[in-house]
Amino acid sequence: MTQTGDDVKRLRVNPIDCAGHGVCAELLPELITLDEWGYPLLPGGPVPRRLERQARRAVTDCPALALALADAS
Amino acid sequence: MTAITGSTALWYASRATGVVSLLLLSLVVMLGILVNRQGRLPGLPSFAVTGLHRSLSLLSVLFIAIHVATAIIDPYVSIGLAAVVIPFVSAYMPFWLGLGAVALDLIAALILTSLARAYISRRTWRGIHWLAYAAWPVALLHGIGSSPDLRSGGLLLVAIGSALAVAMAGLWRVAGKAREVPRAERAAYVLAGIQRQAHRVRAGHGGAR
Amino acid sequence: MTHHATLPMPGPGQWVSEDAPSPVARRRDDRHGGLIPRLMPVRPAPTDLTEHVERFGAPPYRGAPRRLISDVEAAGLTGRGGAAFPTYRKLAAMAAGRGPAPVVIGNGAEGEPASSKDKSLLWFSPHLVLDGLQLAAEAVGSATVGLYIHRNQRLYERLEVAIAQRAAAGLDFARIELIEAPHRFLAGEESALASRVSGGPALPRFKPPRASQRGVAGRRTLVQNVETLAHLALIARYGPAWFRSVGTADEPGSMLATLHQADGRMGVVETTLGTPIADLLRLPAQAVLVGGYHGAWLPGAQAERLPLANAALRPLGAAVGAGVLAALPADRCGLAETARVVRYLALESAGQCGPCFNGLPRMAGALAELAGPRPNPQAYADLQRWSGLVAGRGACHHPDGTVRLVSSALQVFAAEIDHHAHGQCTGASGRPFLPLPAEPPLDDADWR
Repeated sequence: MTQTGDDVKRLRVNPIDCAGHGVCAELLPELITLDEWGYPLLPGGPVPRRLERQARRAVTDCPALALALADAS
Repeated sequence: MTAITGSTALWYASRATGVVSLLLLSLVVMLGILVNRQGRLPGLPSFAVTGLHRSLSLLSVLFIAIHVATAIIDPYVSIGLAAVVIPFVSAYMPFWLGLGAVALDLIAALILTSLARAYISRRTWRGIHWLAYAAWPVALLHGIGSSPDLRSGGLLLVAIGSALAVAMAGLWRVAGKAREVPRAERAAYVLAGIQRQAHRVRAGHGGAR
Repeated sequence: MTHHATLPMPGPGQWVSEDAPSPVARRRDDRHGGLIPRLMPVRPAPTDLTEHVERFGAPPYRGAPRRLISDVEAAGLTGRGGAAFPTYRKLAAMAAGRGPAPVVIGNGAEGEPASSKDKSLLWFSPHLVLDGLQLAAEAVGSATVGLYIHRNQRLYERLEVAIAQRAAAGLDFARIELIEAPHRFLAGEESALASRVSGGPALPRFKPPRASQRGVAGRRTLVQNVETLAHLALIARYGPAWFRSVGTADEPGSMLATLHQADGRMGVVETTLGTPIADLLRLPAQAVLVGGYHGAWLPGAQAERLPLANAALRPLGAAVGAGVLAALPADRCGLAETARVVRYLALESAGQCGPCFNGLPRMAGALAELAGPRPNPQAYADLQRWSGLVAGRGACHHPDGTVRLVSSALQVFAAEIDHHAHGQCTGASGRPFLPLPAEPPLDDADWR
């Protein structure tokens, strides 16, 4: 089911701030996996509505404050 | 025999919650360092470390609140509400209680910025979070100076134990920083590792080629 | 058609000899009748202010912002720094923005060891670049202007003198500040430029915001390659129709290209977009590197039939880029050359982003393995995997560009990979061909 409208959010990581803690991948395993060096691989598409709360938690709990939930535009 | 009055109960409550607060703060600082060094608690995921760090910090806020409230309400010593947040203005033991106010102010800044961390800039949040390294020793000094509790007996051991534990964690933090590969050398460091490995592999194969 | 003496190959920012660089090769484009050179001087010597004013006149200010932009749009000028973005759009967006006046920086830090065009342009025709800076600043309503160049004592002094002479002659309305960049591949990257010009190290920053929104000292910043600015200075004088009289309809105008011939000679030429690559490089060659170290290899036979134009190159995974063309000699191994370059690119990583500083060195190692005899069979698969892992995951396009080069090498030199697997190599000579600087960066100071 595609999401339309202004509320579509995407996960973005600031690769400079990211230190590879991996907390995001633990909190949101449905969307985030870690590469072989411990850095997050984010989905290209929007965050499904049902996972948005978990995504927000991952953003808040990132020790490096490197993860963000941005508007899809 | 001295009657245990309401006032005494409040005073004991303040002292007890003070000790617990100090213990909790010690754990919070150690856990914070564990997060920074990407360490783990045995058998637990990384988010348990960050989660515990946050939970214990909120719990310490609760204990500090009770510690402060009971001290204010207790009529035996004159500590006003103002003295809780403004350092060195209390009538009773202005210096040592003043340190408590300093610690409380710093902790308030830490907690408030951390609750809002998704909404403030990373730079601001990190800048304020460094104050944790100031808040803890100030809290410890407040505890040692404000009452004789921590200066003798079992509680002295508790104080020394906490101080040692936090100090060791601090050293671990510093060691981590010292061993960190500087940004400008990171790619070269990885490349050198690759080359060493390739050399070993080739040397291992010896005459196989 | 012979090419004349070429520039000696300097290390980044260093002239090989104490004398001025030898003349730049020029080309006459017979197909259009419009005589090149435009950017380069007619005589093989640097142009001083008097000669410049004699040849071109004073900079033709329009008297108010924006007026120049429609001419730039009509001319179809695109950025000559590698991205080929339509210049008028950058100017228009900057002119339309609100808030404090923007900053304009001319980017002369080409960073690319294989490219010498910006250095040459600044050496031989500084006043065209400086004119362009002033005109661009007027067009976007800026009075804060800078010129960003790699550290080079003689170039710096020459530009200082040029700026001072212009100021004395009252030609410039905005004071031009010279800012030095370290000799880093990434120093000319837009956000690294903004960081350096703001007083920090030349390290790329995370985007958004781009420099056009928050650049130097937090202000909106227009960054233009020095060659683009030089073209701008001529369009302002001679108009869009003149600019379009050479080149192709979609890619008009002339451009500077750095040519690396198979016999080892190197030179900067001014040519037109759409010129056949075979007219520029002495072909046939084994393979041709197009664009630079973030560009792509093309098979020699294919390159022989192609023009230097994005319309023809993009479908093949290549691009004009910064105008670098290198013809790989028959006696060199393309894999070995690429391995050397990728090692350089890995060491030029800013070290800020995990995927980049982990992936690029490993790719360099794998490529070095493939370039050797009987490589570990895992190396090829590793290279593919790492290429997929690093692309798009850095704060800048360094990993992406490196992947482009590597992918093209794996395609073009596929036969060579096969030879190496059997313990053979068609490259008779192990001498390095593509230019690379000697010292890698060692510490933080190397980025300032």
